[in-house]
Amino acid sequence: MFNQQSPFIQKAPSVTLVMILVMLSLVPGILAYIFFFGIGILLNLTIAIITALIAEYFILKIRNLPIKLFITDGSAIVAASLLAISISPITPWWIIIIGTLFTIIVAKHLYGGLGSNLFNPAMIGYAVLLISFPAVMTKWPLPATHLLDFNIAQQLEVFFYGPKGLIDSVSSATPLDYIKTQIFLDKPYELNFSEGMPIRSYFNASIIISLSFLLGGIFMWFKKIITWHLPITFLVSLTLISLIFWLIDSSLYLSPFIHLFSGGTLLCAFFIITDPVSGPTTPKGKIFFAFGVALLVYLIRVFGGYPEGVAFAVIFMNICVPLIDSLTQPKVFGHE
Amino acid sequence: MKLLDKIFKLNGGIQTETNKKVSTKNPIKSLPIPSELRLSLRQHIGNIAKLKVKVGDQVLKGELIAEADGNISAAIHAPTSGKIKSIEKLLIPHPSGLPDFCVTIVPDKKDQWIKKTPIDWKKIGIEETNKLLLNSGIVGLGGAAFPSHLKIGNNRKNLINTLIVNAAECEPYITCDDMLMKERSKDLIEGIKLVQSLLGAKETIIGIEDNKPESYEIISKLILKESNIHIKIVPTIYPSGYAKSLIFLINGIKISKEKLPPEYGIQMFNVATIIAIYKFIIHGETSLSRIVTITGNVKEPGNYDVLFGTPLDSLIKDAGGQKIKTNTFIMGGPMMGFKLPSIDVSVTKTMNCVISAEPEMIDNKKEPLPCIRCSKCAEACPVSLQPQELYWFSKSDQFEKAQNYNLFDCIECGCCSYVCPSNIPLVQFYRYAKSEIIAESIIKEEADIARDRTDFRILRLEREKKERAQRNAERRAENTNAEKSKLIEEKRAEIKATLERIENNRENE
Amino acid sequence: MLTSILIILFLAIIIGLVLGFSSVKFKVEGNPIIDKIDSILPQTQCGQCNYPGCKPYATAIAKGDADINQCPPGGEKGVRALAELMGVDYKPLNEEHGATKPKSIAFIDEETCIGCTLCIQACPVDAILGATKQMHTIIEKECTGCELCLSPCPVDCIAMEPIEENAENWKWKYPVYSISTIKTKVNH
Repeated sequence: MFNQQSPFIQKAPSVTLVMILVMLSLVPGILAYIFFFGIGILLNLTIAIITALIAEYFILKIRNLPIKLFITDGSAIVAASLLAISISPITPWWIIIIGTLFTIIVAKHLYGGLGSNLFNPAMIGYAVLLISFPAVMTKWPLPATHLLDFNIAQQLEVFFYGPKGLIDSVSSATPLDYIKTQIFLDKPYELNFSEGMPIRSYFNASIIISLSFLLGGIFMWFKKIITWHLPITFLVSLTLISLIFWLIDSSLYLSPFIHLFSGGTLLCAFFIITDPVSGPTTPKGKIFFAFGVALLVYLIRVFGGYPEGVAFAVIFMNICVPLIDSLTQPKVFGHE
Repeated sequence: MKLLDKIFKLNGGIQTETNKKVSTKNPIKSLPIPSELRLSLRQHIGNIAKLKVKVGDQVLKGELIAEADGNISAAIHAPTSGKIKSIEKLLIPHPSGLPDFCVTIVPDKKDQWIKKTPIDWKKIGIEETNKLLLNSGIVGLGGAAFPSHLKIGNNRKNLINTLIVNAAECEPYITCDDMLMKERSKDLIEGIKLVQSLLGAKETIIGIEDNKPESYEIISKLILKESNIHIKIVPTIYPSGYAKSLIFLINGIKISKEKLPPEYGIQMFNVATIIAIYKFIIHGETSLSRIVTITGNVKEPGNYDVLFGTPLDSLIKDAGGQKIKTNTFIMGGPMMGFKLPSIDVSVTKTMNCVISAEPEMIDNKKEPLPCIRCSKCAEACPVSLQPQELYWFSKSDQFEKAQNYNLFDCIECGCCSYVCPSNIPLVQFYRYAKSEIIAESIIKEEADIARDRTDFRILRLEREKKERAQRNAERRAENTNAEKSKLIEEKRAEIKATLERIENNRENE
Repeated sequence: MLTSILIILFLAIIIGLVLGFSSVKFKVEGNPIIDKIDSILPQTQCGQCNYPGCKPYATAIAKGDADINQCPPGGEKGVRALAELMGVDYKPLNEEHGATKPKSIAFIDEETCIGCTLCIQACPVDAILGATKQMHTIIEKECTGCELCLSPCPVDCIAMEPIEENAENWKWKYPVYSISTIKTKVNH
């Protein structure tokens, strides 16, 4: 293919290996999901990955690119998996297909393919679904309180036949959604999620799932796939911002603990903002980026119209990445 | 001797497998004088050396074959006594594979030295010593081939207070400096003292990597008695042997691309260069040989003390030949070396190592993927550049933008390509961009000169026209009418005579 | 209503005064666009553009009399640079003016030269050394390859030799590895 010149030795994990390691780090989180919310997530993942591979095959054929080289790099599988994990486990199958098609075809290949996408593909897919199908996207199943305490048949029915009257008995709102709806309807709400509330069991599930993602994230950091800048800055900024507001008025704002462990915070910190293609390339740039995402996530959650702000925050900061990159160039050796 | 503890931390760099133990098992070997020596005339930075011999001349060992052309140049000497067989374009060890002028000598096996004249530099002074060094043929033997007399001569303008000796040898596989320190350490210490006095430096610091414990022991014992020679160990990270990185590691001074070490009072020499200078000044022996490491895919890797111009195939044969036939040889280290055009080249002053390529090194099947912006290259870059930006701009020929991102600060060390998950040949893009930019600037310079010449020519033609018109006007003013008709009559008679002459000639033919 | 008209009128007068003042005070001598165009042109002075040299061609482009694609030695790169500078669309080189050739240098065959000085008068950059009835020779470094000396020579002793690559002027090549079968815009 080309005349190899120096350097003649190389020791770097290939792109495929990096993607495989990312999938491995998602496994603890997926297992926790299955434990609490049933097999819905496995169905999501399967449909998403199959759709992604088929879509990628056809797009590569149309673009005249070598198919084997690009399908085996695993980036489509990772993007589809992240989308599948972000969606509720009892989403009907056509929603996942639409989301995956958007992720792979529009957000990834129409912008140039591997390495050229401007926005995080999984978040574009999620944002499109959230805006187009708002009611279905906010329905999450009731979490199990002990092992095997979920109804497979009912979940499969929702999966294949879509949301019908059945859905209210198997679903509930997430904690963030619950708070938002109560504020909107001007109803009283309990911020501390005391034991005995139905929302508490949901929050417990959320804590365990978040900790599993944290485990996966630490594994990725250990294997040097991600650096500390993005996740640590994001989590610290989110904690600080929510702490400030909570200290001002703890009856209006949720505590930092709840913000950190509910919704997709830890999934976002380790898997979503660390997408190398759409993120910044300089260390200082990464800190600014993560701070910006944390600020926007908090603002959308508390003052915005959506219960979870990760998708839109990440997309908005992706737009700012070229500017951040050009302003945070490191000082070259010897230059003043 | 004093061990200074403070080592500064280099930003970036990579840790590789050094593969050095295989070639340090045996001592340095000398080969018998080969049947033919082919000396390239361009073995250094600067102008090509000017020939002083012709075909058929008898030369003695150490006799000047080509002298330095100007100040930035170096001389070439005959490595042994013999006869000049030919002067022609032959293959040289250069990445282009293009031939260049070489002098071929057939040795007469007598190995007769020319009269050796040691230099009493204390008596004749530094200026005169430097003039003699100009034609000593000594260039930087670490691989850069910068003429050494320029480094010693710099002392006139700046005060050098520290001499740093580069014993790091950071590239994997290369061990020639290591073996030199193990076997010729006494010469090295004497050479250091000499060079230190020549430069007028107050102290010397030897920078050595921590993967050479035996050399460190030997050197530290010898410098116990010396009060102003120190040795400092730096961690084995590539490229700590790069001049400006080593200076930073040792004393924290960051020298930018435009400036040179003498402006900070520092001068740096490689260990082999110091021994060469010592031999020239104290023993009167010009630079005629060097140590070459032959390693990689050969049956018996080792170090050889060879004369310049020795054909490479005799070295490979003595090392046992290739284990797996790949027919590819890399000159230099695996990170910054280049593929030799063929085995038919000879040893030059820059050849510190020849690696017989192992099959994994030249595996062309690793297809590059697009860049995924992971920035591992930026983390590894020792000069803190952004290799991925330089790659995007070099690839799309946006050379101005590449220069804005400091393309010419790149030292082409190869750390970025080493860590790239997409297997992109980053350094090749930077080399391409740099040579295009330099070629463009040369074209622009020539165009500017052409424009000036055209403008001057137009001016000159106008000036000549004006002068002619003025002369005609003056002449017309001088002549009166009568004289004018007389002139006309005379001219008419001349023309008539010429025409008649031509008529007569034609009739005669 | 009246006040708004008066305010606008007042603003217009102020701005007009400022513009008039700056057009007098900050006037730029000469026409810098001609120099900018001339710095893009390759200075071969060959006349293939139908103008007697690069500066006249630059002046014609600035006035709008000539098109930007009439310079073969400048090549495609030159046309693109001119298009960007003048703010017009790129168009391919006009074939009528010749094709882009690799840079060559003239060489006089000394056996045949008769010392007539016709080539010396033709050379636009004075790159030929010689005098009447004395040997003529080309100064290699100054020759631009314009070929204007070829036709005046009565004995046809001048030939063009392309500059070949040697170890001094060798350039690293573009590392070619194509993964797509679609042709790219720039040819390497």
